[in-house]
Amino acid sequence: MVANLGYGALIITFLVSLYGIGSAYYGARRKDHRWIASARNAMLLTFPLVTVSALSIIYLLVTNAYEVDYVASVTSNSMPLYLKVTALWGGQPGSLVFWSWLLAAFASAVTLRKWERDQEFLPWVIIVSLVTLAFFLSLSVFIENPFARLWQTSSGQIKTAMLQPMGSIPFIPADGNGLNPLLRHPGMIIHPPMLYLGFVSFVIPYAFAIAALVTGRTDDRWIRITRRWTLVAWLFLSLGLILGGRWAYDVLGWGGYWGWDPVEIAAFMPWLTGTAFLHSVMIQEKRGMLKHWNMILIILTYELVIFGTFLTRSGVLSSVHAFAQSAIGPVFFAFMGLTFVVSLSLLLRRWNELKAGTNMSSMLSREALFLLNNLLFIGILVVCFWGVIFPLISEIFTGQKVTVGPPFYERATAPLFAGLLLLMGVAPLAAWRYSTAKTLGRAMWKPFIASLVVVAFILFSGIRHWAAILGFWLCAFVAAVTLYEFWRGALARHRKSGESLPVALWHLAGRNRRRYGGYIIHLGVVLMAIGIIGIEVFQSETQGTISQGEQVTLGDYSVTFESLSVFDTADGRNVARAVVSIYKDGQFVGELYPRRDYYYESQQPMTIPGVRSTWEDDFYILLVDWQPISTAGVTFKIYHNPLVNWLWLGGFVFILGTLVAAWPDRDLQKSRIKAKSTRYAAAKA
Amino acid sequence: MVDQDFEGSGSPQARSAGRAKFIVGGLLIVAAVVYLIVTSTQASAQYFLTVDELADRKGSDIGRDVRVSGAVIGDTVAYEPETLTLKFTVAHVPGDNSEIEAQGGLAKVLYDAVNDPGRARMEVVYIGPKPDLLRHEAQAIMTGELGEDGVFYADELLLKCPTKYEEAVPGQIEG
Repeated sequence: MVANLGYGALIITFLVSLYGIGSAYYGARRKDHRWIASARNAMLLTFPLVTVSALSIIYLLVTNAYEVDYVASVTSNSMPLYLKVTALWGGQPGSLVFWSWLLAAFASAVTLRKWERDQEFLPWVIIVSLVTLAFFLSLSVFIENPFARLWQTSSGQIKTAMLQPMGSIPFIPADGNGLNPLLRHPGMIIHPPMLYLGFVSFVIPYAFAIAALVTGRTDDRWIRITRRWTLVAWLFLSLGLILGGRWAYDVLGWGGYWGWDPVEIAAFMPWLTGTAFLHSVMIQEKRGMLKHWNMILIILTYELVIFGTFLTRSGVLSSVHAFAQSAIGPVFFAFMGLTFVVSLSLLLRRWNELKAGTNMSSMLSREALFLLNNLLFIGILVVCFWGVIFPLISEIFTGQKVTVGPPFYERATAPLFAGLLLLMGVAPLAAWRYSTAKTLGRAMWKPFIASLVVVAFILFSGIRHWAAILGFWLCAFVAAVTLYEFWRGALARHRKSGESLPVALWHLAGRNRRRYGGYIIHLGVVLMAIGIIGIEVFQSETQGTISQGEQVTLGDYSVTFESLSVFDTADGRNVARAVVSIYKDGQFVGELYPRRDYYYESQQPMTIPGVRSTWEDDFYILLVDWQPISTAGVTFKIYHNPLVNWLWLGGFVFILGTLVAAWPDRDLQKSRIKAKSTRYAAAKA
Repeated sequence: MVDQDFEGSGSPQARSAGRAKFIVGGLLIVAAVVYLIVTSTQASAQYFLTVDELADRKGSDIGRDVRVSGAVIGDTVAYEPETLTLKFTVAHVPGDNSEIEAQGGLAKVLYDAVNDPGRARMEVVYIGPKPDLLRHEAQAIMTGELGEDGVFYADELLLKCPTKYEEAVPGQIEG
């Protein structure tokens, strides 16, 4: 019953979307506001409708309605309530509905804004949103139906179908498959929705870009309207990537946080174009340049969002993210191809109107360095894209599948990332329009000297790894420049207004949130880079089989195996838990409890590391194996991960900076209202 | 890369010289990215082969790391914790996705592979912790070298268990 309700709601939403597309198009062509208003109502109606559908799935999940195939495949009796609810995005059919739900919510929210001066954008924004929504709904309605039920035919076969096949009876399994234990981690429960929120909110700036191209209103209005959407999209995408890294570090048990897995890269690629876009729109706003480029970037971001959803959900490439294969691949490619061609032809139609009035002149000007930053981001994107599709390309041309692994990405992107770090240090000090080596040098020498002092300290501490020293120098340089910028700004304000320095700093950041939020993000990147250099360059590992009371040593640390207990838990796990004592330089620093949980129901073991975290390093120990009867002979794998916590701290600072940048600018709005009222007065006079 | 300054205002010649400088700078970056991609590809490309294809090439020097996928046969998994040596045998599965689809999906292909004694099989040795996902009918994706003894020495081991994620409810394997 509920399944029928949910499926019916999906079909109706699909039809409503089609109607909305048609009436928005007709209204825009005929300039008939009644049709546009009707399309707007259709848009607003999609949200409650998809909500009914999504809530139906949740209801079925929570009530263990195993006659529904999806419910049986992602939940089980023993799962706690919150996991049943979040199983909405535990598999492909549910995820697609979840995607549609978010999109309907965001697009409806946009539709509710005050359009006033932007009336001509409205129908086209509705059309782009609804076309995207209709596409995802059609996948749910026709291919990946989350409400399909299980039936047993007279010959005993089990079939999956929405409607009862002839001569079959309903089939209701006693228990479901359950969510893979590896995914039962807080990071993994909020990681997919964060990524999806990021994916979906990028649809909005794209919709406005297309609206600008169609209507020919190609000034930077569309960018100003969607600035905050873009930042919010970027915020969620960044958060999703960081949480994914944390999940991998905590759960996958290889002491790593990022594996250059195709699915990770699929989420990373729209982030790259989105980041380039965030930077280059500033040049359009300030200097009226790079208009074509911004259009290309947002179109690319949209296509990569679709591509990312496709990759994470289709299993076209081998990956640790073992989601199933499905039939939706060709449909995705057709949709991407179609939207790409339409977007590009719209762009070509407006190509001449988008020409900039001015040219870039100075190669060290802020805008030229921003352009360089964009090229580096696109360079990393090309590396990633090449790596992901290389097996397909090589198969087409040589008949032989050839893949590239993490070393490829590390080698090819490391210099590009280093270049980006360097730019992060130089660009904030470069002037708009015109800047020379001399002016830049004058602005830069103080932070530069400060960074050299840091390098001296590093050399003094005995580190001789040249790449790490270069990396740390870059980090120190960017940090020094960024802090110097805060200091200079606060000092100038302090002198001018007489505010105390902390107050001046607060007001400074408050008045120009995007700029100073951006700087905070840069500081976050620096902290993350420190953590990444630490774990990538200085990670060490060892392993050993020891009996009770014996020790394994790794660097300054040694581990003593104290005891092991094996027991069953009430929620269907068999737990083997070791107690080890950790000594650093011979001093006892604490106990750790690495363990292995075996889930009877899914026959899946899960290794949970014991981790001792400090700002200096992580001591990360895995219980690998043990003898069943005696407590002799337990095997541990041990990682020493220096500085890795700076990565997580950096992630936190990064998100904080994005929040600062995205926070509504009260002063700006006031000044806008003021500007508007003066214009109004001028028009009246 | 950008170590020169340029006066923005000036004669048309100077302006086009400025533009040329930007184009050269852009081309240099493009060239650098292409160089990075080409050299990194050469340095780290791995052939993706099936167990069958690898058996055909036995003895011939492949010259680089190979990536191979196979279905894990549960009975053969043996682990020596003292040396962290993991040994198991995999059975041939098709490498091509469309082929897997045509044969009824990954779960079915894996099921067939381990239950077909006629399939090509290969012994695998891997040093490291025993992965949680290693089990009967899992798909193992291994990177490493084929030794002269016909044993595959893996440096890297990835596992996929489609049945456990979402493929089918128990007993749904169709006859």
